[in-house]
Amino acid sequence: MRRLFLGLFLGLFLAGGAAVAPSYAQSGSAPSGVAASGASVEQQMSELRQQVAEARSSGDNAWMLVSAALVLMMTGPGLALFYGGLVRKKNVLATMMQSFILMAVVTVLWALFGYSLVFHEGTRVIGSFGYLFLHGVGGAPNPDYAVTIPQDTFMVYQLMFAIITPALITGAFAERMKFSAMVLFMVLWSIVVYDPMAHMVWGKGGLLNAAGGVVPTLDFAGGTVVHITSGVSALVCALYLGKRLGFPHEAMPPHSVVLSVIGACLLWVGWFGFNAGSALTAGTLASSAFVATHFAAAAAALGWAFAEWWRNGKASVLGAISGAVAGLVAITPAAGFVGPMSALLIGLIAGVVCYLMVSKVKGRFGYDDSLDAFGVHGAGGTVGALLTGVFAVRAINPIFKDAQGNALAVGLVDGNAHQVLNQFAGVAMAWVLAIVGTLIILKIVDALVGLRVEAEHEVQGLDLSQHGEEGYNLEA
Amino acid sequence: MKKIEAIIQPSRLDAVKNGLHEIGVEGMTVSEVRGHGRQKGHTEIYRGSEYQVDLLPKLKIEMVLPDDRAEAAVQVILKNARTGKIGDGKIFLTHVEEAIRIRNEERGEAAL
Repeated sequence: MRRLFLGLFLGLFLAGGAAVAPSYAQSGSAPSGVAASGASVEQQMSELRQQVAEARSSGDNAWMLVSAALVLMMTGPGLALFYGGLVRKKNVLATMMQSFILMAVVTVLWALFGYSLVFHEGTRVIGSFGYLFLHGVGGAPNPDYAVTIPQDTFMVYQLMFAIITPALITGAFAERMKFSAMVLFMVLWSIVVYDPMAHMVWGKGGLLNAAGGVVPTLDFAGGTVVHITSGVSALVCALYLGKRLGFPHEAMPPHSVVLSVIGACLLWVGWFGFNAGSALTAGTLASSAFVATHFAAAAAALGWAFAEWWRNGKASVLGAISGAVAGLVAITPAAGFVGPMSALLIGLIAGVVCYLMVSKVKGRFGYDDSLDAFGVHGAGGTVGALLTGVFAVRAINPIFKDAQGNALAVGLVDGNAHQVLNQFAGVAMAWVLAIVGTLIILKIVDALVGLRVEAEHEVQGLDLSQHGEEGYNLEA
Repeated sequence: MKKIEAIIQPSRLDAVKNGLHEIGVEGMTVSEVRGHGRQKGHTEIYRGSEYQVDLLPKLKIEMVLPDDRAEAAVQVILKNARTGKIGDGKIFLTHVEEAIRIRNEERGEAAL
């Protein structure tokens, strides 16, 4: 604060001085001692510029650090509670552990080489080892990504995305995967699927990068990178591992929708860090993304709840919260590109589409995507990524510019129909990478340690068989 | 001695308990149970998957009384547990051979 005042004071002083004696500023060689402070005007100007930049950096950095914490909160406790409530009580701890352990595993990978593979310049498909062991990543900003915040902040913010993405997949193989296999699978998945996809979309020189890629794909906060990759990989996992014992004859209702409600609400709040934080500054774009995020969640909760009310005669709590999550998924790629009315529409569409995926399509094909990771994240992510190409407008985010710096049309409603095709290409790339990468990894992990727990352990529950603990110890 | 086992609607517990206290019944054991008789269960739907729930939550009250007081207690339970709808529960009476108080090994009706 003191710095800010000092800067303002200095600015006013200089503005006055410049009006009286403009020749000093232009000459570029004013002798020292001419200005009152004893420093040249150039020196004072540069000092002022630095102070203004520092003030702005403080504001942006504060918001980005809070955003990073919010995104971590989405995984634990948000997703851990959301998924934990949806399983049977013999699996609640194991399910929460799958989210929690990824907070640790992915962090270590990210520190060692993950960040480098995504954000250091490399090929079109994957970064390189320039930031290996975070070499050269520190307090100075990385102007390729965020000029006003320390690269440390950018690095740790992006880490939180790398954590939640694999955690989303765990919903598909809940209640039947070995803990050892899960950890090994996620390590490989982070390297083989997440890192390349994130580099292609967000990394400098990436194939799909909106600014300078071969096929500029709009993905503000991770519709393709986070939700399509995780959702589609989830489907592959569900198909490869097969159904849970007893599915679908045996009843497997959620053991506590209460936990899931708390988790969903934490996800909703955390998503402000996810989407509005993706502006990487605390400016107007962050506000606009914040608003779009909130509106989409609200519309989608209503969309799912009313669809269910109409079909089943009751609006369920689980339906409403699932709808909100579906809306948040769908708005993720669009948040920084669309206005509030488009956000409502995207949310509403996602709410209804994901409801149909989960209640109709899943039943038709009979796969056991236990907690609907594909139905919500795969489907919602795909819908959102495509609709981003439709509703993105330059009034919100003038991301495309001509040689003179004039803003060009962004999405279909803005007059750029071609963007919808680019979005298709980005979506297709995410689908293909997720399917092929996940299949290969599953084969490897299956051969090394085996994917599924023994039938006996599955019946007993993963809490006891994998961790030797119980979620609810009634004798204690 | 007679043992009375009454399975009732959870919402009727207070009325039954108060009624029994009024006629001087001092001891009882209450447990949460699940079950069903003729009452049909209900359907729960989670994300489109339907689950038929046929075991419904009930309360079981157990007490052992001297033979001559059992019928009065049955009448109190009948009066207070009834809502008139299917699912109000049942009362079972059985003969009890012996009762022993663990603290001082009193036996028979003195132990009740």
